[in-house]
Amino acid sequence: MTMIEVNKLVKRFGLKTVLRGIDFRVERGEFVALLGPNGAGKTTFLRILASLSRPSMGEVRIAGYRLPSQASAVRRRLGVVSHQPLLYGDLSAEENLRFYGRMYALDNLDRRIDEVLEMVGLAARRRDLVRTFSRGMQQRLAIGRAVLHDPDVLLLDEPHTGLDQDACAMLDHVLRDVASRGRTVVMTSHDLARAEDLASRFDILSRGLIVASAPRHALREGNLLDFYRRALEN
Amino acid sequence: MDDLPIEKSGPSPFARFLRAIAAVVWKDLAAEFRSRELLSAMLVFSLLVILIFNFALELNVKERRDVTSGVLWATFAFAGTLGLNRSMAVEKDRGCLDGLLLAPVDRAAIYFGKALSNLAFMLIVEAVVLPVYSVLYNVNLFRPGLLMVILLGSVGYIAVGTLLSTMSVQTRTREILLPILLFPVVIPILIAAVKASGGYLNNLGMEEILPWLNLLIAYDVIFTAIAFMVFDYVVEE
Amino acid sequence: MNAKPRALLILDVLSALLLAAATYLALIYAPLEAVMGAVQRVFYFHVASAWIGMLGFLAAGVAGIAYLRTQNLRWDIVEVAAVEISLVFFFIAIVLGSIWARPVWNTWWTWDPRLTTAAITELIYIAYLMLRQGIEDPNRRARFGAVYTLVGAVSVPITFMAIRLFRTIHPVVIGSQSAEAQGGFNMTADMKVAFFFALFAFTVIFADLLWNRIRLGHLAQEVEQRKLKVMQ
Repeated sequence: MTMIEVNKLVKRFGLKTVLRGIDFRVERGEFVALLGPNGAGKTTFLRILASLSRPSMGEVRIAGYRLPSQASAVRRRLGVVSHQPLLYGDLSAEENLRFYGRMYALDNLDRRIDEVLEMVGLAARRRDLVRTFSRGMQQRLAIGRAVLHDPDVLLLDEPHTGLDQDACAMLDHVLRDVASRGRTVVMTSHDLARAEDLASRFDILSRGLIVASAPRHALREGNLLDFYRRALEN
Repeated sequence: MDDLPIEKSGPSPFARFLRAIAAVVWKDLAAEFRSRELLSAMLVFSLLVILIFNFALELNVKERRDVTSGVLWATFAFAGTLGLNRSMAVEKDRGCLDGLLLAPVDRAAIYFGKALSNLAFMLIVEAVVLPVYSVLYNVNLFRPGLLMVILLGSVGYIAVGTLLSTMSVQTRTREILLPILLFPVVIPILIAAVKASGGYLNNLGMEEILPWLNLLIAYDVIFTAIAFMVFDYVVEE
Repeated sequence: MNAKPRALLILDVLSALLLAAATYLALIYAPLEAVMGAVQRVFYFHVASAWIGMLGFLAAGVAGIAYLRTQNLRWDIVEVAAVEISLVFFFIAIVLGSIWARPVWNTWWTWDPRLTTAAITELIYIAYLMLRQGIEDPNRRARFGAVYTLVGAVSVPITFMAIRLFRTIHPVVIGSQSAEAQGGFNMTADMKVAFFFALFAFTVIFADLLWNRIRLGHLAQEVEQRKLKVMQ
């Protein structure tokens, strides 16, 4: 089943055209790494998929629902992790999840919170304020927040930004866990090594267009950098 | 390709709307009673404003009667911008505004949730300022009429303030901009609230107070409706 | 390049001629007012400027609503144009009013409803321009601008009513005469000619300025577009 379908997507900010006709399809269970230099439009593209920004032209469907007209149905099936954690510093880990759980009107919220905290390895710190968390812990909790309502599609915008090696490794562990449950994942990154470890497909975005796309098995080991360079040169 | 029908299950949309509002209010109050940053800043600031007025106006017994309502409302208006700014900055700091917008709830629920918690903070500050002022200047401010005016005035102030602070927090100038945007459009509230409060404090007849009460109620209704209608434009891209 | 449209050029010339004629009528043709003397002649342009301020205020509100409904940046350009014109003409009206008020009310400034409301409207416009300055994204700038004009458009009449509940000393020349007003007078037929001609002339000038300012907005947009093309 096609989980994300984008046809001829154009996004303008005033006179500036940031996305110039993107076609993009993701099947259920794929893990797509969206790569590209700064200013290529990765974040803008992800914000449109996330229903946070409206397309200027073109069609966007997530899990079959159309954006922006059916945004509410899309939002229920969507989890988003951005480079900001989207958490409240003066609430504890548990309270943050409880708040978002209420916003999504979840049943069995207590059980769900326990599961998620266990999964991201923060069960022991559940009553501590997010303010006191390290950047890596905040990011793990942010992933917990994003999967709390068991979304079909997970969008990640540069999730590794500002994390050290250990924190990155722990984050990757959680990401693999999340992705292994049949979820569809789209992740932007400019860190090729991390993306190569995680993704099953690599799409290169440059100047508002997807200029190349290749599944993992089409690339030989360690060849992503080569692929990336060639895609940007054309 | 046709649009998928949206399945309908669970509680009614209106019940879900109310629950989302309650969730936002609970979140704001829980965070605030944990840190007390906003309330303590608003309170200390209010007391300082009163202190400044005390020396600026020489609040002696004779003149106090006439200026009390003005001093109170100037204090509330200034402290209010502090609270509004802080309340929206919390949403912006760790990207939480996006988090709210990602939730499958009507944007109006976010507006009403934020407005209700802002109103709660403002009323708490007023509830502390009133007895302090009463003790300091030996005037009884606990009159039902005056309390009603304070509630009506705060509702209108917060209705517009929540909308405008949501805009100002998304600009480059942020905190500086809010009072500049807010004060020229809440002048009717301040005029009416000062006059109505003064009316109750000086035991004027109802026929002199009623026009001001009507004005306050009209303002509250009109601006709550406007904010409800345009809030989408302020948060959606 | 976009040459100036012929119709706009004609309107420019017409506006200049009408302004000259209105000046003649106000300063020379209209009879001297018996009590106030020459300073009363300020009245014709004072009211006409305030009238343009009102027109611009209304136009900005309408353009704001139109923008929110259509999300078309053309309306944003109209809105800014209307706000800027209204800002300038309310300012002129306030200055002319002060010149008149000095000898008649013996003060430059009074907290009269119309005067105060005009001043508050000016503050709202300045806040509006500051709000726009703080936003990079043109669509967001337009959306926030439109929302704020809408809030302003609704609050200003309420402000006027609120201040009016205080007593007024502003003369009501047209319509009912309030008892406390000082400086009121009855217009003679010649005065009415000068008065209504000034209103008419200023309305044409308003249309001319609005058109020119909108055209300027479009040109600025085009410059922006060409700059972007060069950069890419």
